[in-house]
Amino acid sequence: MTMNRTNLLIKASPWLFTIALFVIWEAAVWIFRIPTFFLPPPSAIAMAFCEFSGPIARNSWITLQTTMIGFGLAVGFGLLLGLLVGWSRAIYAGLYPLMIGFNAIPKVALVPILVLWFGIGFIPAVLTAFLISFFPIVVNVATGLATIEPELEDVLKALGASKLDIMRKVGIPRTLPYFFGSLKVAITLAFVGSVISESVASNYGIGNLMLQAQAQFQVPLIFAGLVVLAIEGIAMYAVMALLEKRMTGWAQRSGFGQN
Amino acid sequence: MSAFVSLRNVNHAYGAGTALAVEDLSIEVGEGEFAAVVGPSGCGKSTLMKLATGLQFPQSGTVTVAGERVSKPVKIAGMAFQAPTLLPWRSTLENLLLPLEIVEPHRSEMRRRKVEFAARAKNLLASVGLRDQGDKFPWELSGGMQQRASLCRALIHEPKLLMLDEPFGALDAFTREELWCVIRDLQAARKITVILVTHDLREAVFLADRVFVMSSRPGRVIVERKIELPRPRDLEVTFSPEFQDIVHELRAHIVKARQ
Repeated sequence: MTMNRTNLLIKASPWLFTIALFVIWEAAVWIFRIPTFFLPPPSAIAMAFCEFSGPIARNSWITLQTTMIGFGLAVGFGLLLGLLVGWSRAIYAGLYPLMIGFNAIPKVALVPILVLWFGIGFIPAVLTAFLISFFPIVVNVATGLATIEPELEDVLKALGASKLDIMRKVGIPRTLPYFFGSLKVAITLAFVGSVISESVASNYGIGNLMLQAQAQFQVPLIFAGLVVLAIEGIAMYAVMALLEKRMTGWAQRSGFGQN
Repeated sequence: MSAFVSLRNVNHAYGAGTALAVEDLSIEVGEGEFAAVVGPSGCGKSTLMKLATGLQFPQSGTVTVAGERVSKPVKIAGMAFQAPTLLPWRSTLENLLLPLEIVEPHRSEMRRRKVEFAARAKNLLASVGLRDQGDKFPWELSGGMQQRASLCRALIHEPKLLMLDEPFGALDAFTREELWCVIRDLQAARKITVILVTHDLREAVFLADRVFVMSSRPGRVIVERKIELPRPRDLEVTFSPEFQDIVHELRAHIVKARQ
């Protein structure tokens, strides 16, 4: 196959695969006569989209906002904590087990506590998104700092560089690829967090919409909610990937996996 | 010749209770002299580097550089290692300027004299055969070119002492010999004191005024050999019988040291 056609195929393949998934899904529902209340076909989901376009648009906007605020908090806090943990071995040794322990707690278990403190609604959802997504950022930033080449550190130390100098000139720039890489993981987790909280303790958002649809047995609407979440997730992931490419092009010069 | 770098009866171990890395190590290198240190693997050659640049302090014995007892990093030293350790997010020229951003008095003059410093870096690059390569990123250069740039970075702040830790170890034979000549010419032009740590006996004999042979761990100097081949030395000299004899003689010492 010529180079051009291969490239074209690669460009088109995400769309082809997505379309194929929906076609197979639709066909399977018809062939096996699966009832709509069990697994609605994509056509029914599309109709639900038209019918409930108002509520879907309103609630998906709320979920997006909630997620982005929680994610923003996670970026700020994760970056700070990551720099702190990477700065000193003592802080690293002290905080690491605590963070592992905290990360092992299912965040859905925290929602009742957050509701207790802040009432149901917006704030618990933001905080859940924040709590679930800061961990990968901390770990990645700390790893980036911890893996400075010792020779380079020697070169700079021999010149009389302070720890802050080494951090500014080497540590932070070389951590950026790890940091931007972690944003892609964190943003998808942030969606998980906000939707969990919305479906347990809120009157708004896609999570709540799906819960209400379930109560009214509007199965195609539940699936429409899932599709919206998937689309928002992909869109924000793409933004993070673009940001990563823009900010740290020097770290992505390998041709591996590009053909 | 007065000693520019002097280690007297130095014992050193990394951490209390661990085995000594060097024991009763004494070396004196005169100002403007080119010294090479050879020895079996793990003989404490890198420890010697760290002691002479003030990255480590001896448990007993004294280290003096330029008449002063070493009690903090020796800022008049430049260092280069087997890995070029250039920063991939900086252009080659910006990599060269890194030491000037750290070491005083250049650090506080950086903003005012930026143009002058950049010109100095360009001249230095030209002197090692990298004219007009400064705008390229390090990863756009070949291994040999990166190592040349790394040498330039070690020299940019015009150090009095150049410490080289197997700087050519990762290069192919032809590139290595090219760089021998680069280093030979730099040293001849700048009359800088050089301490070269290497595994390669031909490299040591070709470049050095004096070769020190170290014993296996704990390291100390067992042989000191003056190399009286006339300068300037041409690569042809490496094929002469005298040259070969010296290499053989040193080799015999190392074989003995390994037993």
